[in-house]
Amino acid sequence: MSSNAKSRMLSRAAQDIAPNMIVNLGIGLPTGLLQFLPQDFPVCLHSENGIAGIGPQVAYDDADRNLIDAGGAYISPIKGASYFDSATSFAIVRSGRLDLTVLGAFQVAANGDLANWMIPGSFTPGAGGAIELAQKAKRVIVTTMHTDKNGKPKIVENCNLPLTAKNCVNRIYTDMAVLDVTDNGLLLVEIAEGNSLQDVINATAAPLILPQAEPPTF
Amino acid sequence: MTLANKTADIAAAIKLIPDGASVMVGGFGSPGTPFCLIEQLVKQGSKNLTIIKNDANQNDMGIDLLLQNGQVDKLITSHIGLNSNAIALMNAGSLEVEFVPQGILAERIRIAGAGLLAFVTDVGIDTSLANGKQTITLKGVDGVAGILETALSADFALIHAARADTFGNLSYAATAQNFNPAMAMAARLTIAETTDIVPLGDIDPDCVHTPAPFVDKLVHLPELTEAYNVIKR
Repeated sequence: MSSNAKSRMLSRAAQDIAPNMIVNLGIGLPTGLLQFLPQDFPVCLHSENGIAGIGPQVAYDDADRNLIDAGGAYISPIKGASYFDSATSFAIVRSGRLDLTVLGAFQVAANGDLANWMIPGSFTPGAGGAIELAQKAKRVIVTTMHTDKNGKPKIVENCNLPLTAKNCVNRIYTDMAVLDVTDNGLLLVEIAEGNSLQDVINATAAPLILPQAEPPTF
Repeated sequence: MTLANKTADIAAAIKLIPDGASVMVGGFGSPGTPFCLIEQLVKQGSKNLTIIKNDANQNDMGIDLLLQNGQVDKLITSHIGLNSNAIALMNAGSLEVEFVPQGILAERIRIAGAGLLAFVTDVGIDTSLANGKQTITLKGVDGVAGILETALSADFALIHAARADTFGNLSYAATAQNFNPAMAMAARLTIAETTDIVPLGDIDPDCVHTPAPFVDKLVHLPELTEAYNVIKR
């Protein structure tokens, strides 16, 4: 994915963060949303390794060796931040305190099933906290490339990879489109600039519900 | 009345860990990982260990040194994505890896430390991680089913604290807290390391994260080794 397409996807996904939400950004692409929020934007960022109130990342020379996010980036706390142990951190997650989580994906199915922890026989990093995040956050959005590095669709009718959680994803942001998971299937909401409707249909291995009017671009 | 002094020599403390022991190791990534206690365990060479740690650290650091030295039979963890050696050992069949959702791992450890036997949750109920686990239907709550997650205790816990008093009251810094408090509670013998051991009374009782009754041995580190430094990727 070109860095332009990636930036466009992340900046579009960042609009999903409403003021005063409590939000967990997953490891990898999702953390990149931060650069598209105004510096004084009111949001409480939680990381499962034990902080609520994440501030900007810091340079290595200014880093505190004891202060990282779950992806290992050195961070700073904002005023009002708190630290806690892992059991408390997941009490926050499981009891439904997170308004939004943003996760990566190996596959997402038309019904909102998510697979992002295991590719049998090749890459099994483990789920980390993704199962709880996917199952328990009030809203779950995925940021991912539309296809994998071999060009195979990541958005599919049914996942054939081991699931992280069933029926959990609300919205998918990719380098090509914005899709909503609805009771009737995947609704095409927006198309990324430079892609045609047919491009999106060809790159998606699940039926798409098309809007009445021409879908807006982002 | 006064309180026992639990300070111990690092070699004497780690010597208590025999072959075949189960060992919880604090830390999430590098913060909170007791690198010096781990390196002493590598030096000592105890074999056939079961290691319980949130992650497998990174290559050439922390518990990866135990893996490289062939001391670990089984790893109970939530995520090993930053350690390609651990993934390779698992794929080759020479390391048994049990994956547990991260918060369930923390809670299984916490309840062991709280003297409970199990809890019921719907986390992971639709995943392969639920295979083989007992499913419970709760009485009086319409059709609500969950899986039974059992308490996870260990023979030993290795803990990194920012500060301790001589009785073993511990406090942690920032996100170095992570799994340390729960693990300190869940082991039959808990060994904590810190660079900062202070006299009784110098940690405000309101600021104790892990109360000393959970801590058995306290190892003073004269200084932090390179492993504790900020990692430049």
